[in-house]
Amino acid sequence: MPDWARERSWELLLAVILVGTIVYNATQSPVYLDVDNFVNLFRLSIEKVVIAVAMTFVIINGEIDLSVASVMAFAACVLAAAHESGVPFGLAIAIALAAAASAGFVQGLVVAKTGISSLVVTLAGLIGFRGAARVLLEDRSIGEFPDWFGDLGRADFLGPMPFALVLFLVMLVVGGVILHRTSFGRRVYVIGNNADVARFSGIDVSRVKLVLFTMSGLVAGVAGVLFAARLGSVRANIGEGFELDIITMVLLGGVSIFGGSGTLLGVALAICIVLNLRNGLGLANVEANTQTGVIGALLIVSVLAQNLLDRLPLRRREAEAEA
Amino acid sequence: MTTADVAGLRGTRSRPGRTAVWIRPERVKELSLLGVIFVALLVFSFLVDDYFSGRFFNRVTTSVAITAVLAVAQTLVIVTRNIDLSVGSIVGVTAYLTGQFASSNPSASPAVAIAIAVGLGALLGAINGVIVAYGRVPAIITTLGTLAIYRSWLISHGEGKTITADSLPSWVVDLPTRTAFSIGGLDIRVVFAVVVVIVVVFQVAMQRLRWGRRLYAIGSNPEAAAQAGLPTRRLVLGAFIACGALSGFAGFLFLSRFGNITVVAGQGLELDSVAAAVVGGVSVLGGSGTLVGAFLGAVLIDVLDQSLVRVPQVSEFWRNAILGALILAAVIADVVIGRRFRRRWSAEARPHTKVGDGSTDTPTEAPVLTGATPRGESGDA
Repeated sequence: MPDWARERSWELLLAVILVGTIVYNATQSPVYLDVDNFVNLFRLSIEKVVIAVAMTFVIINGEIDLSVASVMAFAACVLAAAHESGVPFGLAIAIALAAAASAGFVQGLVVAKTGISSLVVTLAGLIGFRGAARVLLEDRSIGEFPDWFGDLGRADFLGPMPFALVLFLVMLVVGGVILHRTSFGRRVYVIGNNADVARFSGIDVSRVKLVLFTMSGLVAGVAGVLFAARLGSVRANIGEGFELDIITMVLLGGVSIFGGSGTLLGVALAICIVLNLRNGLGLANVEANTQTGVIGALLIVSVLAQNLLDRLPLRRREAEAEA
Repeated sequence: MTTADVAGLRGTRSRPGRTAVWIRPERVKELSLLGVIFVALLVFSFLVDDYFSGRFFNRVTTSVAITAVLAVAQTLVIVTRNIDLSVGSIVGVTAYLTGQFASSNPSASPAVAIAIAVGLGALLGAINGVIVAYGRVPAIITTLGTLAIYRSWLISHGEGKTITADSLPSWVVDLPTRTAFSIGGLDIRVVFAVVVVIVVVFQVAMQRLRWGRRLYAIGSNPEAAAQAGLPTRRLVLGAFIACGALSGFAGFLFLSRFGNITVVAGQGLELDSVAAAVVGGVSVLGGSGTLVGAFLGAVLIDVLDQSLVRVPQVSEFWRNAILGALILAAVIADVVIGRRFRRRWSAEARPHTKVGDGSTDTPTEAPVLTGATPRGESGDA
């Protein structure tokens, strides 16, 4: 195996799985290969895939953000509540995004300044911001947004793609450049590998973490706005349990839960696999709930497979050395 | 150098010439939690007319039974630096299947039904444990996966059918209202008494038995525990099995409390269990925390739960917002308390040099003091 292939073995494996899924699905349904079907796949999960991009940064950094789905709902509820109280709609969106970004900022501040595990901090965020959403809307549902707003996720914007999908692709490219081509991206990896070493190398670890959590909150806010646009109305319980799907996408993409490794390319492939798999299972009349179980199994198996893959080259080299 | 000397030198927190009183940090956490519960009760008693009543006491104790068992289960796993996010699904599966069994075998003895619930839970816990300990998949990933797998299995197995209270034998449905004994007009329910016994038994086991000490040892430093020759994999597997078994028991309690069990029963309980443990001072980094603390955390959460609905000024919708803030407050307080104790311990462990000579961070004189090793939750494991 050439070096580049060994380095990218996980992405290669994902690409093979993806092609396999697509080929299998194509034989199952004639409409599957339509461009519209692919656009639709992304359209229906746009919030998750958008958040997955930000989550990739956070997990590579060695942290986790369990609060994303709640912050997303919180932002959507802020938007709805502001809209209901007569705030101009553009301003309402700005307020919602600012609220989500501050939600991320506060959590990042606690993580960076106190050193408490982000698992706990964002678990508190998961419960707390869902609570805040509930305080805002109680059990009501608010809708009647402007027409152009609903079109963000529906109407063709660029070719067959709606605005939300274009936004996701832009985020993916910009994110990829930041993560893999800038010094900030390198710092994200270094901190994820070993935060102490990073600190002693003069990297401002707290600041990077603060930036990442704020960004994660902001992106969750964007997802919340997109969700409101797609559904046309908002309730406090939207997107419950999304964090499972999002984290699955990121980890399946080869990002290590311990931080320090993984690529955005892998995550993009994993996103395609998860979406196509759900679509394929749906076409094969597998219930949505069973699909969730399959995704859960995929999550475990993807890490098990990584563990095995990590051992393989080592064993082979040892065997060669002995021979 | 004795404790008194150091205390005298530092001149803070304990009077010169008196031996510093050792309060272990987990006792401080438990006591402050008791204080918080007391304050919460006090505040609510001003807000709600006729707050303290026998009925309220019953409500809290019946609902805390489930949360407390799950908090204990979660703590056993968290102490080993793992986490089990699948407990809600385990509760759902065991409650549903035990309900099915009880309604189709109404003459079966309670012991059999409970054994089925516990055994089933242990089995599901064992699956988690094997994947974590032997497959080396991080617990958060494993249990996030099994959370979905167990639940989706239950949904496809149940086919949307509901277990109804009518179909259950009467002993199951009557269990929550059975009273063990009464103290001054307050009825202590059988269920609550059993749960208190479980908490005490596991607290003693974790504090005194080798098994418990080893779990703490693994959590505070997995590599060191392995180096010391502990069978870490088997112990972690054991912790997951125990967690599953207790969750199964909680599933049985869930069945008897609600009677009507749908396929989504117990959803979200994993959050409550982690919340109770964390509020109770259990560190998610492993190696520290007590079951009494987790129990008190569960009590606080249920007191809030049962009280907020009765406060006319705020709606029940505040529940999660307050709970989230509470968890955050608890962990921040934990860090502050922890820092304070560490400072005191380091003062005990070596002479505290004056600022300016630059030796505060180099333990040059440490070997002198072998007698004053602090007894941390993990130090004597």
